[in-house]
Amino acid sequence: MTRGNLTRRGLLRTGAVVTGAGLALPTIFTSRASAFTNDPTGDTVTLGFNVPQTGPYADEGADELRAFQLAVEHLNGEGDGGMLNTFSSKALQGNGIRGKKVAYVTGDTQTKSDAARASAQSMIQKDGAIMISGGSSSGVAVAVQGLCQEAGVIFMAGLTHSNDTTGKDKKANGFRHFFNAYMSGAALAPVLAKNYGTDRRAYHLTADYTWGWTQQESIQAATEALGWTTVNNVLTPLAETDFSAYITPVLQSGADVLVLNHYGGNMVNSLTQAVQFGLRDKVVNGKNFEIVVPLYSELMAKGAGDNIKGIFGSTNWSWTLQDEGTKAFVKSFGTKYGFPPSNAAQTCYAQTLLYADAVERAGSFAPCDVGAALEGFEFDGLGNGPTLYRAADHQCFKDVLVMKGKEDPANEFDNLELVEVTPRAQVEYAPDHPMFAGGELGACNNGA
Amino acid sequence: MLGLDRKDFTLVLIIALVALLAPFLLNFWPTESGMAQFNAGYPALMQRFAIYGIFAIGFNILFGLTGYLSFGHAAFLGVGSYSAVWMFKLLSMNVLPGIFLAIIVSGLFALVIGYVSLRRSGIYFSILTLAFAQMSFNLAYSVLTPLTNGETGLQTTLNDPRILGASRTAEGGIPVPSLFGLEMNATSIWKIGGWEFQFNVGYYFAAALMVLTFYLSIRLFRSPFGLMLRAIKTNQTRMSYTGLSSRPYTLAAFVISGMYAGLAGALLACMDPLAGAERMQWTASGEVVIMSILGGAGTLLGPILGAGVIKYLENIFSKINEGVLHGWFDFLPEVVKEPLVWLFARFTGEGWSLTLGLIFMIVVIFLPGGLMEGARRIGDLFRKRGKPSDDDKEHHPKPAAHVAE
Repeated sequence: MTRGNLTRRGLLRTGAVVTGAGLALPTIFTSRASAFTNDPTGDTVTLGFNVPQTGPYADEGADELRAFQLAVEHLNGEGDGGMLNTFSSKALQGNGIRGKKVAYVTGDTQTKSDAARASAQSMIQKDGAIMISGGSSSGVAVAVQGLCQEAGVIFMAGLTHSNDTTGKDKKANGFRHFFNAYMSGAALAPVLAKNYGTDRRAYHLTADYTWGWTQQESIQAATEALGWTTVNNVLTPLAETDFSAYITPVLQSGADVLVLNHYGGNMVNSLTQAVQFGLRDKVVNGKNFEIVVPLYSELMAKGAGDNIKGIFGSTNWSWTLQDEGTKAFVKSFGTKYGFPPSNAAQTCYAQTLLYADAVERAGSFAPCDVGAALEGFEFDGLGNGPTLYRAADHQCFKDVLVMKGKEDPANEFDNLELVEVTPRAQVEYAPDHPMFAGGELGACNNGA
Repeated sequence: MLGLDRKDFTLVLIIALVALLAPFLLNFWPTESGMAQFNAGYPALMQRFAIYGIFAIGFNILFGLTGYLSFGHAAFLGVGSYSAVWMFKLLSMNVLPGIFLAIIVSGLFALVIGYVSLRRSGIYFSILTLAFAQMSFNLAYSVLTPLTNGETGLQTTLNDPRILGASRTAEGGIPVPSLFGLEMNATSIWKIGGWEFQFNVGYYFAAALMVLTFYLSIRLFRSPFGLMLRAIKTNQTRMSYTGLSSRPYTLAAFVISGMYAGLAGALLACMDPLAGAERMQWTASGEVVIMSILGGAGTLLGPILGAGVIKYLENIFSKINEGVLHGWFDFLPEVVKEPLVWLFARFTGEGWSLTLGLIFMIVVIFLPGGLMEGARRIGDLFRKRGKPSDDDKEHHPKPAAHVAE
């Protein structure tokens, strides 16, 4: 049992000792000497690839990782060079970045902000990573982007489609090559109007989280501008796997289009169930009932199988494009792994090259210099046609692809066909557009 | 000393010493060597050791002493984080108001949940707490998005008011959480030989609080109140027959342990100003249960040990991918190498939880008292054989208490 009691004096004394020790310790030793975080002083430079290896987006993560590995090979002058040969900027020599061999570390985001940040922190603090890339969910991308801003390293976003990443949560140290929900809406709406008419009544099922909301908001605004009406928007929980209860009321609502603002497993399930319910065979208001999936991915299309036939959606890029950059990339990816890359893989590959190229052009690894080199950078040859990295919000502007589920796929990878390449001008918006307002880049941070 | 007997005081002293020297103790290998990836001495992970240590110490006050298994403790962790981040957004980046509010709010939250859940015991109590935590998680994930920023997580921004501080720094960045100007992410590096030791302000702050909370938990273990809690674990029915209402005691323990969790949550936010909903998910609640059982529920040191083991596995083992394994076994012929890499890859990288599962099973089956029992058995080997270590009863209130009991 206890001997004596907790005395005020005793407590004060310990408190003072502990605080004193805490205050004194860090000042004993010298602080970091370099001008920015993780200045690569040796003959290698380390990049951190933070992708989901477990959880609902593990497939996307695996494909991203393949693309990163390929990009590192090409940067180090191994393999056939891929898109380095078609890239409009010729600063990269295939001898690493600024003569330093590129090394990389990988981490698992688990599609959770906390885990992703822990993994990124360990890359920065322990492995000395100078740039972090990856992510397969907008929540994670926004979280890691915030961390990189604070730590003073560059974040090259991978697969993240929410408006917020370069909207209200944009950061000076973060850059996004992938397109966003607004662009999906702007590209998709005219195609929908052309194919389904301008007098349509849409019913939305939306994944109940940040990405779902911005996606729904974007597509609703874009379709309503062309004359559609929105009957209803129902939020579905992210963990939902059975959508039958949500699909039944659709037919009674008088709607003749169902928009599924779902991604990944959600989309595979909701689409499959909607098709099984026979929605697409119905005739409502004298028109055929249609289903739309605003954001497509090859891996989801594969999961949904035959159900995606004839359904419209948008993607950032497709391996079926015929430009030189795409052909070079698909060739080297296919040679190494035996199947074509997804659009998540392409954006990650392009981001790695863009980062390396910016370092070369800036002549420095310092994040602020690299950021300045990326801002306003115009390039071509990375598969998306002429592209601009806009300085105002660090978003890439390029053509957007409208795709349709293929009726007669030649093989398991050939499940989407190109309907239209929406020109860049049609998907551009002002940096202070209401859907993107509220955030600020702030000042770039070199860290340390 | 400080109201402790010599043995307990030594224990606190050892914990304090280990915490102080952690940057040395956790950096076993030189930075350039191939073994450097086993080093755990970098700020983010050391902070987690200390913070989850606090979380587990608090959980142990409830589970270890009263035997009430709460399966929803992560809710308090999350509430603490959200409170702290809101203080950073509204008041100032000083960590103290954030921590203060977090402890108060999570305490109140625990009072409400505890008041309802403690009407039942055993499995029903566990399920109730689990239900409450899942409810909180879902609320934070979508319904309460204006308050929690949903899936993206609550972050500080340049436009926050921060009445007592600055909205932005002179350089135009978001200010960093600090203790009266001492920034939490400030790190001093000491390079000596091939080693690199990182001394981080945030870590030492968290570690100081861990030592303090550990001290408080010892006092609680040794107090009449702690004895009462142990009586509840041993035989609650008998206690009620003697005319003693046990509920105020269990409720108090529940609230205290919720406040510990709130403190841990606030510290997580102080080290990294972000509060995400998944911090409240049931997996996070399960993690602290595993920490306690792995280390030894009801022992003083066990939960800290368990927290350390789990965080080490999660952060270090998950980094060993197939590429690294190929590097290790490169000297072997291809025929041997490939299967070996395949085998190891199941247990490292994304398979780290399998390793954790195996360790957990081994511990639960062979060492029901957790790692602390293992330590005790080893200790016994060095003492006189056959003589049980009965001098330390309070570390093992129930020597062979199986976790499933």
